[in-house]
Amino acid sequence: MLKLPEDRTETHFDDYKKAYTDNQAAVEANRCLYCVDAPCIKACPTSINIPEFIRKIATGNVKGSAKTIFESNILGMSCARVCPVEVLCVGDCVYNEMGVPPIEIGKLQRYSTDTAYEEGWEYFEAGPDTGHSVAVVGGGPAGLAAAHELRRYGHAVTIFEAGDILGGLNTTGVAPYKMKADASVAEVQWILNIGGIDVKTNTTVGKDIGWEELDQKFDAVFVGIGIGPDKTLDTPGEDLDGVIGAVDWIAQMKLGTYDMSGIEHAVVVGGGNTAMDCLRELCGLDVPHVTMVYRGDEDRMSGYDHEWDAAKKLGARPEWLSLPLEYQGSGKVESVRCQRLDSDRKPIAGDEFTLQADLVLLGVGQTKLGEQLEPLGVEVEWGRLLVDHHGGLNRKGWFAGGDASNGAKEVVNAAAEGKLAARSIHNYLSAATTAPGDL
Amino acid sequence: MPDLTSNTGGIVSPNPFWLASAPPANSGEQIQRAFDHGWGGAVWKTLGTPIQNVSSRFGAVNYGGKRAIGFNNIELITDRPLEVNFKEIYETKKKYPKHAIIVSLMVETKEEWKDIIKRSIDAGADGLELNFGCPHGMCERGMGSAVGQEPKVNEEITSWAVEYSTVPVLSKLTPNVGDIVPHGLASQRGGAHGVSLINTIKSIIGVDIDNFVPQPVVGTQSSNGGYCGAAVRPIALHMLAALSRDPGFNIPISGIGGVTNWRDAVEFILLGASSVQVCTEVMLKGYRIVEDMIEGLEDYMRQHNFETLDDFVGKAVPAYSEWGNLDLNFESIAKIDPEACIGCQVCMTACHDGAHQCIHPNDDPAIRVPVIDESECVGCNLCQIVCPVDGCISMVEVDNGYDSATWNEHVNLGAKLRPKKGAH
Ligand SMILES: Cc1cc2nc3c(=O)[nH]c(=O)nc-3n(C[C@H](O)[C@H](O)[C@H](O)COP(=O)(O)OP(=O)(O)OC[C@H]3O[C@@H](n4cnc5c(N)ncnc54)[C@H](O)[C@@H]3O)c2cc1C
Ligand SMILES: Cc1cc2nc3c(=O)[nH]c(=O)nc-3n(C[C@H](O)[C@H](O)[C@H](O)COP(=O)(O)O)c2cc1C
Ligand code: SF4
Ligand code: SF4
Ligand code: SF4
Repeated sequence: MLKLPEDRTETHFDDYKKAYTDNQAAVEANRCLYCVDAPCIKACPTSINIPEFIRKIATGNVKGSAKTIFESNILGMSCARVCPVEVLCVGDCVYNEMGVPPIEIGKLQRYSTDTAYEEGWEYFEAGPDTGHSVAVVGGGPAGLAAAHELRRYGHAVTIFEAGDILGGLNTTGVAPYKMKADASVAEVQWILNIGGIDVKTNTTVGKDIGWEELDQKFDAVFVGIGIGPDKTLDTPGEDLDGVIGAVDWIAQMKLGTYDMSGIEHAVVVGGGNTAMDCLRELCGLDVPHVTMVYRGDEDRMSGYDHEWDAAKKLGARPEWLSLPLEYQGSGKVESVRCQRLDSDRKPIAGDEFTLQADLVLLGVGQTKLGEQLEPLGVEVEWGRLLVDHHGGLNRKGWFAGGDASNGAKEVVNAAAEGKLAARSIHNYLSAATTAPGDL
Repeated sequence: MPDLTSNTGGIVSPNPFWLASAPPANSGEQIQRAFDHGWGGAVWKTLGTPIQNVSSRFGAVNYGGKRAIGFNNIELITDRPLEVNFKEIYETKKKYPKHAIIVSLMVETKEEWKDIIKRSIDAGADGLELNFGCPHGMCERGMGSAVGQEPKVNEEITSWAVEYSTVPVLSKLTPNVGDIVPHGLASQRGGAHGVSLINTIKSIIGVDIDNFVPQPVVGTQSSNGGYCGAAVRPIALHMLAALSRDPGFNIPISGIGGVTNWRDAVEFILLGASSVQVCTEVMLKGYRIVEDMIEGLEDYMRQHNFETLDDFVGKAVPAYSEWGNLDLNFESIAKIDPEACIGCQVCMTACHDGAHQCIHPNDDPAIRVPVIDESECVGCNLCQIVCPVDGCISMVEVDNGYDSATWNEHVNLGAKLRPKKGAH
């Protein structure tokens, strides 16, 4: 697997949510009401028993606390950092109803899981060998969660990963002020420590090995291929230097260095969470002028409010209801000509403006990868793999989860779906006569 | 403006707040600072033959992230030379003539009592407190609680002190007895002008679970100590009330044990204390806590139109009755204010696991406010106690149509009881 260079642009960032000290964790943990049928648990896609793990922090049983977390979510360490808790567990904490600040569940989760990593506590053993083997396609959060759970059942696992590093977008995509690539890589190692997971990096299924071949070599298949590269809008000038896909730029910055010298004006196209991340990252890298060009308005943007608020605070400026018409410059981008839209997003004739730009990041979404499985008879909708409630695809012994099938949600959803699919695979392998879908 | 002047058996202080005999009242310099902060009196750290203390000497009970809700100590009486103490008593009294200085004493023989009482009064003591309470160390030497646990010895030593003293004498009682009343009566028979209670409760505060030694740890060993602080207040209140309501007991009481603020002090006064003494809370928070104690007490008195402390000393004592005189037909049930409820459902689990299984989830899972089955609610209060939102659960009286009937009336006069609830 690729070794991360020491010198990476992302190391410029500090954690925006600082780690708790023992005392801070104890004070916060003791505030938790230990709710019954707690709403925070229901709001966690992996259903971590939050009141229980928090109580264990309060009693000094940090080892047990981390166990409670990992039992539900093997990616508990990264989720603690990258989950949008404001719209998940923390958003549903009953303290919100009281007008009292909700429990900092993410920070407490980080406290427990970081301690477990630091202390080297081990919780999981592979199950006794079942003789079954499973192919896991994609080494992102979904694939890792599935692989770990499958090993606990004792099935042999091979991960096929197209790239040279595991962790998927958790390693290459999440904002460095939440988590840096080395933390994700450490998590990958921690998960692989269960043993018996054969990792094949730089191996793209469909290219280096055929999809149908998997059927011959393995008893079941989990597809966790996520989504594809950045989309473009076919706007003139997209091939200029300095016009780059948002996810591509983030990956370069996280895994190595991106030369930011001389960049004074940056434009981010799009209003989703990837665009929000880019705005905050550019501001954090001290770019003086950071502008978002978005075709919708503030009320209709798909990025989280709390992310946009944070970007605004850092100095990002919006151009609502606007569309790039052309990237201009000779060889290297210098400006963006934009079209103003009305509230129905229709161009307002003659209403154009031009923004200076040394760097343009296209955060207008990513392509979907599902179609490549259509020849296998797998149902695909808008590029998304269609799964049943158990993560099953409509091909015998095939399952999926994560961004590839949920249409691109969060790491925690991928972790939940990977684990669910692993359980379904186990049921399928244990009762080989059961038809998929009848599980 | 309410008058906070307190009089405990002839010991007068500008307010009822005294430092208890303990580290906060160890020296003249400290007590003078305490008086500057507003304390009305101080019971000097017990004088006697100076001792040597151990280290460490304190321990604490922490709960739910709160430090020291209970406290204990294995320290003994003063370790400073008597002459120094007397000199400082003299200086302090001269500087603060209106404040009460009570000198706590603990010696063995009649001669020693006579001598130390004379020297205390010569130094300017406004009153004496006989330490019959210390439950560790001193009792092994035949003093402290060894005296307080024997009514005869208590009475005898009290009578010596009263004989030699020209100022009021309070006996400080130990709670380490089955029934406090005979001990209060013994002090009264000995001629005491009042009693102080409680001293600390015999306790082991905790155990160092990795080194297998109880706490506080002195080298490789430990000893039982005296429990005090907020956690002991209920025990102190009971002993105070037991003496207050005893028809044979009629001398004033200085209340001690777990007083942390003005509200606690009011509770003590309502159960019969003429003054209240504080040790642990001052050790934890400092003399400055008295500002709020005075302010809160004044405000409370204004709200209730009390002009002097005597207007409410013992006011809650008549309502302290035997269980057999409680009205079994009085019925209350819990009601949840759905607007205030935050949906934590801890009341539900408390009722299910710890009470009478009558709080249920709403049929509509989207509604987190639990539903109380009023036909099953026994009115035990548990849900109200665990609810994190003040005022969210209230206990509401229900009119069940039955006349009042106590157990005693039922047994002796055949009074009719309402059907039992929740007893199936
Ligand atoms: C910029 C950005 C920021 C984000 N920030 C957050 C955040 O803060 N918090 C959060 O919770 N989520 C965040 N997300 C979303 C989150 O990263 C994803 O939801 C999550 O990583 C999905 O996991 P996955 O395993 O389904 O897919 P991925 O993480 O995409 O992993 C899929 C893996 O499969 C590999 N692969 C693809 N095709 C093949 C093939 N044919 N053969 C072999 N391997 C293949 C890929 O190389 C990749 O490693 C962010 C996403 C982006 C783009
Ligand atoms: C460290 C310490 C030392 C004490 N020393 C004495 C003492 O010398 N004489 C005495 O009568 N009581 C002594 N006490 C008991 C206190 O005066 C008081 O009765 C008891 O602590 C209960 O009050 P509180 O709950 O406010 O602390 C001591 C208590 C503590 C904590
Ligand atoms: S909802 Fe909040 S208070 Fe209740 S258990 Fe969850 S974190 Fe604790
Ligand atoms: S409180 Fe003061 S005397 Fe006591 S142990 Fe600490 S430093 Fe020493
Ligand atoms: S304990 Fe109080 S706030 Fe919580 S559910 Fe019950 S009534 Fe509502």
